[in-house]
Amino acid sequence: MLFRPRLAPGGKHGGTLLLRTLTHVTTDAPALLPALEARARATAHARTPACPCGAATLADRPDATVVRHAGTVAKAHAADADPAELALRVTAAARLPGVLLPPLAPAPVVLHGRPVTYWPYGAPVDPDDPDAAPWEAAATLLARLHRTAAPLAVPPMRGPAKAALAVARLRDTAPGHPATAPVRAAWAALPAWARGAAAMPDTTTLCHGDLHLGQLVRHPAPDGPWLLIDIDDLGTGVPAWDLARPAAWYACGLLPPEEWHRFLTAYRARGGPAVPADGDPWPALDVPARALTAQTAARAVTKAVLADRPLDEVECALVDACARMAPARSDASYG
Amino acid sequence: MQCPKCHAPMHTYNRNGVQIEQCSGCRGIFLDYGELESLTRLEAQWSQPAPPAPPAAPQAYPAAQAPAWGAPHGGHGHYGHHRQKSFGRMLFSS
Repeated sequence: MLFRPRLAPGGKHGGTLLLRTLTHVTTDAPALLPALEARARATAHARTPACPCGAATLADRPDATVVRHAGTVAKAHAADADPAELALRVTAAARLPGVLLPPLAPAPVVLHGRPVTYWPYGAPVDPDDPDAAPWEAAATLLARLHRTAAPLAVPPMRGPAKAALAVARLRDTAPGHPATAPVRAAWAALPAWARGAAAMPDTTTLCHGDLHLGQLVRHPAPDGPWLLIDIDDLGTGVPAWDLARPAAWYACGLLPPEEWHRFLTAYRARGGPAVPADGDPWPALDVPARALTAQTAARAVTKAVLADRPLDEVECALVDACARMAPARSDASYG
Repeated sequence: MQCPKCHAPMHTYNRNGVQIEQCSGCRGIFLDYGELESLTRLEAQWSQPAPPAPPAAPQAYPAAQAPAWGAPHGGHGHYGHHRQKSFGRMLFSS
């Protein structure tokens, strides 16, 4: 969820940028943000002496604080991010040109207790223009990533672990909400690997781990080739996980079938290994798509409860899908 | 048991004393070894109409590939006039 700025109405070039979906305006260390801005400015000026100084905060959340200064982006990762694992993931990005945005520096540095990485600025997908969504580019990048041998020993992809955190947070935040039970039941019916409770059945395929449309940027901006960003969850695992968010959106009725089929067809055309080359893809997609539906529903319900508001219709569609999964749980045990 | 095709739960029905499983999602039918022959034999023995069939007539697997837990009508749910909303928000969220 990075690099997603939108020019403010009437904003001038290089002027104020607004973050579209800033949900938690919190920074654990108050001194971090100005320090990170200073580092981004210094790094940008080192790259471009004649800097126009267009600066913006792209995200400020406990797990990611991201600031932009002209063509340079500085990201402070979560305080509990494993420094060794993060370094491996940054190195992997540097060695996968044409798939992942390459970092400006080969290793993270520590700033106010948070590991910090530097990246070139890339132009994001326009969230106000569904017709321009780069489905084919996303599918092509994923197929390329999944077919590439890991350039070094990276840790496991973190998708299931992140989903488990979202469901645990739902359990703790909204124990009495009527949507909590169906979401937790759908989650409990998943196999252990999809809940982050056991090793994944694939330990060699390189995966992004957190694919959504905010994870694509054009570099160089504004019309360079599309690349994947955000390496925090990158690692080896089940590649169908990377297709599972679009699959879940399609299954929940949030993504039109044509767009889902464009994405799936492009992925298959590029030899992506997550699904069979033809025939029904759902035997491969079903478990990850159920997990992503439960995760997305858990986050939505948690946010609604914290904001003391009812679920909107998009959020209800996710919870309804979880409820429809319940009959399929007959063989599963509940924990 | 779960449907081998779409993974929805299968429900057991008794047809002429033969246990058959029908998928609650795609309506496909699973027959154990010998059950098809048993049904055929029973059909031949009795000319009278068989007991009521399972709730929906067996039919081919749906052409549109989607999971059984998906939105009704093959996923034709919320995109329409809600497309902008789900696109701008959901499709960009972790």
